[in-house]
Amino acid sequence: MAKAEKTQDEKARQRTVLKASEMDPKFKYEISKLPGAEEVMLCFQCGTCTADCPISRFDDFYRPRRLIRMTQLGLKDRLLSNDVIWLCSTCFTCIDHCPQGVGIASIVRALRNLTVKRGHMPAGYKEQVSNILKTGYAYVISDMRLRKRKEKGLPALPKTNLKSVAKLFNATGFSKTLEKVKT
Amino acid sequence: MDKPKYLLFLGCAIPYRLPSYEISTRKVLRKLGVELVEMPDFNCCGFPTDPVSHDTMLTLAARNLCLAEQRNLNIVALCNGCFGILNHVNKELKEDKEVKEKVNGYLKEIGMEFKGTVTVKHLIHVLAEDVGLEKIKETVQKPLSQLRVVQHSGCHVNRPRKYIGLEDPENPTILKKLIEVTGAECLEYMDEPECCGAPILGVDEKIPLQLTRDKLDHVKAVGAQAMITVCPYCHIMYDLNQPRIERAFNEKFGIPVLHYPQLLGLAMGITPDKLALKDLRVDATEIVNVSSQ
Repeated sequence: MAKAEKTQDEKARQRTVLKASEMDPKFKYEISKLPGAEEVMLCFQCGTCTADCPISRFDDFYRPRRLIRMTQLGLKDRLLSNDVIWLCSTCFTCIDHCPQGVGIASIVRALRNLTVKRGHMPAGYKEQVSNILKTGYAYVISDMRLRKRKEKGLPALPKTNLKSVAKLFNATGFSKTLEKVKT
Repeated sequence: MDKPKYLLFLGCAIPYRLPSYEISTRKVLRKLGVELVEMPDFNCCGFPTDPVSHDTMLTLAARNLCLAEQRNLNIVALCNGCFGILNHVNKELKEDKEVKEKVNGYLKEIGMEFKGTVTVKHLIHVLAEDVGLEKIKETVQKPLSQLRVVQHSGCHVNRPRKYIGLEDPENPTILKKLIEVTGAECLEYMDEPECCGAPILGVDEKIPLQLTRDKLDHVKAVGAQAMITVCPYCHIMYDLNQPRIERAFNEKFGIPVLHYPQLLGLAMGITPDKLALKDLRVDATEIVNVSSQ
């Protein structure tokens, strides 16, 4: 996780001069094919996104501008192994403010989706998607809560057709991805 | 004019953590003549799956939209996250043939097809557009003119602007007008349109709690007696987590956070217990007292 106190090793690694061999020149094309990420090449690094990002002021490394530049440079491995990409709170201020119409938060989402395909996902997300498969909802709503609904005069919660949900997870290929995920 | 009729998309967070929002919404909408139809068989809007699988998000959202299409009813969502996702996917599938074809390919597995025949609104849009401020004003029996509050509209009811565009996300006025119609004063404060941080609470607790702390600080600085929200996640951050923030930062805020329909309900003269005001974590007795003066 992106902790304020990073280990010395990690800091040193981040200071290392980039090697051309680390860059995957095709990465930006790969990303630009993903929904919302089409304009990744248009970013001219003005930094409006970072100035207006509510998260950036609390983390030393999390800068939307940096993530977009790293994407343009093709620093695929550094991006997809960095937990910092999970810090975007999806407020979409960056998207609204970008003078170039770059879908910054969508690019971050694309990076996350690729990371998941590599088998990594934060535990919180894994729990929520597992809950959706189990109950149709993002949470497991306890019997006590269901009883309280009745006491308060609220209608019973509808039951989701779980077979349908499972079929959709299969259809998108996400069930297979989930199988190989280690948190 | 026909009575407004909507399919209620309850989502997950409200039945899980905040029945008070649902209870007060149902009370207020009944009084305003908005008919709510229960939505059977719905699933999570899809929001939590977007970071892990965009296609799964599209498909889960589209399944909900298909359920509404089958009943030929438009959707009202109470949660910003549900509204944001369902509205975005609805518009994207209506506008982008390629995405629609892809999603319909997935939906075929469960015998569904997205056609694009319904719309999605947030509670505040139904109140401001379908009911209208004038009609809401007529139902106000106890104007809350002694009350000074602030609004927190939250992000996904307005951003990204491209998919919503009903008001300026930097200067949201829909909720503000809905507050003012109750007679209460709606104060301005620093960084009003800023995010509550809830979506990353499961990844990193420190940052969202700091964000929330800063906002509570700005709200306190202008002397507001309460904060008004229209999203369960924002509400969880400011109300449920407020005592935790007070402990973590060794500060005292004591700012009650009301769901908008609770505020409106008080102005309509509905009794506080029927609006589930006791369910709030931060004590709202002072607000109830002011409203009954």
